[in-house]
Amino acid sequence: MSILVVAEHDGKQIKAATLHAVTAATKLNAAVTLLLCGAGSGAVAESAAKIAGVAEVLVAEVADLDNGMAESMAPLLAHLAKGYSHIVVTATAFGKNILPRASALLDVQQISEVIEIKSADSFVRPIYAGNALATVKSNDKIKLLSIRMTAFEPAAVSGGSAAVKKLAAGDLGAVAQKLSQFKGASLSKSERPELTSAKIVVSGGRGMQNGENFKLLDALADKLGAAVGASRAAVDAGFVPNEYQVGQTGKVVAPELYVAVGISGAIQHLAGMKDSKVIVAINKDVDAPIFQVADYGLVADLFTAIPALTAAIKK
Amino acid sequence: MKILVAVKRVVDFNVKIRVNADHTAVDLANVKMSMNPFDEIGVEEALRLKEAGIATEVVAVSMGPANAAETIRTALAMGADRGILVETTTELQPLAVAKLMAKLVDKEKPDLVILGKQAIDDDCNQTGQVLAGLLGWAQGTFASKLEFAADKKTLTVTREVDGGLETLALAMPAIITTDLRLNEPRYASLPNIMKAKSKPLDKQTPESLGVDVTPRLITIRIDEPPPRAAGVKVADVAELVHKLRDEAKVI
Ligand SMILES: Cc1cc2nc3c(=O)[nH]c(=O)nc-3n(C[C@H](O)[C@H](O)[C@H](O)COP(=O)(O)OP(=O)(O)OC[C@H]3O[C@@H](n4cnc5c(N)ncnc54)[C@H](O)[C@@H]3O)c2cc1C
Ligand SMILES: Nc1ncnc2c1ncn2[C@@H]1O[C@H](COP(=O)(O)O)[C@@H](O)[C@H]1O
Repeated sequence: MSILVVAEHDGKQIKAATLHAVTAATKLNAAVTLLLCGAGSGAVAESAAKIAGVAEVLVAEVADLDNGMAESMAPLLAHLAKGYSHIVVTATAFGKNILPRASALLDVQQISEVIEIKSADSFVRPIYAGNALATVKSNDKIKLLSIRMTAFEPAAVSGGSAAVKKLAAGDLGAVAQKLSQFKGASLSKSERPELTSAKIVVSGGRGMQNGENFKLLDALADKLGAAVGASRAAVDAGFVPNEYQVGQTGKVVAPELYVAVGISGAIQHLAGMKDSKVIVAINKDVDAPIFQVADYGLVADLFTAIPALTAAIKK
Repeated sequence: MKILVAVKRVVDFNVKIRVNADHTAVDLANVKMSMNPFDEIGVEEALRLKEAGIATEVVAVSMGPANAAETIRTALAMGADRGILVETTTELQPLAVAKLMAKLVDKEKPDLVILGKQAIDDDCNQTGQVLAGLLGWAQGTFASKLEFAADKKTLTVTREVDGGLETLALAMPAIITTDLRLNEPRYASLPNIMKAKSKPLDKQTPESLGVDVTPRLITIRIDEPPPRAAGVKVADVAELVHKLRDEAKVI
């Protein structure tokens, strides 16, 4: 039996998130098949085939599978499921949207946000905002896993030589659907690294006071080659867009260095960053809970500390 | 248009939980319980649709032990019209919740079902999508905005995705899961809390609905994550830069 990993791509590149899922899949000790769907999947197949650990690449380049719509992705996964012991996605917006729908069609209880693979049927996953770790065993015939990308290293993008197989229209199951229609997306463009794969993340909270002041963090981030994140309070207040949110219900990050600026350290925020290697907290309140997880705490007004820090760092 | 809203009773978001001594469960004795925050957003959205004349009835559904009725009462106090409790002491996993909900959909014939994107106890982020799959309905997950066409036959949903926002048009009936920015839930007023006591609350069980809810996942053990080693306070920016460069070697 082999493992099916559902890839995320933008028609030009495989997303970094998928590389972490490949690593998780290789821990299951079976051949790994990577599934590419929708527009541009043919174009990325060649580079996908080079990912270390991938034995086979399946390409399903049909319009019904464009934009990762759950209503068509789920029947495809259910149709392909027979040949696999596990289906793996990364717990991104894409993976979270499609896999549970497939689980309904397969009558399987999905296992979300896996951080450790104990065996082919036992997995560890965080619950209660990461304040507890549950080891669970699945009795289902096929295991559906979403993996937390910070818990698995990315697979190397070279070294593999997988066979590429094009799936014919007849191999896809009932992917044609009229239930939902993709209308468009407004995705933020940034020169900075992606939040979830950046080596350094600088995040701001309510202490930033407004969106304009986030320019202070942008300047620091540009010096450090960092991504910029935020607390929920900063997003809710409209300082920065939703995709900046780090936490239990936002993005989970685990960079080499996480700098929390004007963030108090609520458990929901900690859930998204406490596995970072080094944590710096800059907060004017000496009692802020963020200091309990910080390796280096600076009690200071951010409006003087951040410009000083930016100036002190050599590019 | 009738709306079903799922409301789960969970440990309050302010509580820091502890794992019990024999590592079999999270200690829930004397812990404050509340409605899952994403479900408060769900109830609020349903009520706004009713106030806007789009919805006609809002039915709050909770599943779990008898005291899940309290969570339904909270929804009724916010303004929902009636409640359904599916009572069981069996641990309910998302697939089972979705199957129970699908049976209620067969009975109630709603046009829209609103669930939270995630329960803050199990952090599964599955139930709405599973329900949509079981019913064969369109799904709009992680919604931050809903707009109905004038004929109420399609629903335009703005979704929070990793790179920003995405817009979908869904055929009705449909499933929505709420994200944080959809709205800000109201508080129940005292008169409405009183009124809620006399609103109808129907009871069902997995048996009465004919659903096998036996857990598919067996919990082997629960652990607390390893704590982080204590850090240090630095005196100023210069010391911070020195530590990051020469001690941690991360810049
Ligand atoms: C269902 C649910 C899900 C949630 N999900 C998330 C999530 O995913 N991510 C998340 O972050 N939160 C989440 N939250 C919210 C969380 O509970 C907190 O409300 C939030 O993290 C607080 O953000 P904050 O630290 O920026 O704001 P606050 O708690 O208000 O803290 C602001 C901090 O800034 C400091 N400060 C102010 N001015 C200055 C200054 N000039 N210089 C230095 N320091 C200053 C203050 O001392 C304070 O510590 C969630 C909550 C719920 C209910
Ligand atoms: N026991 C339950 N009772 C009512 N609603 C539930 C229950 N479990 C899950 N839900 C709904 O499903 C959503 C997502 O839960 P989950 O998939 O467990 O993260 C919640 O926000 C609720 O709306």
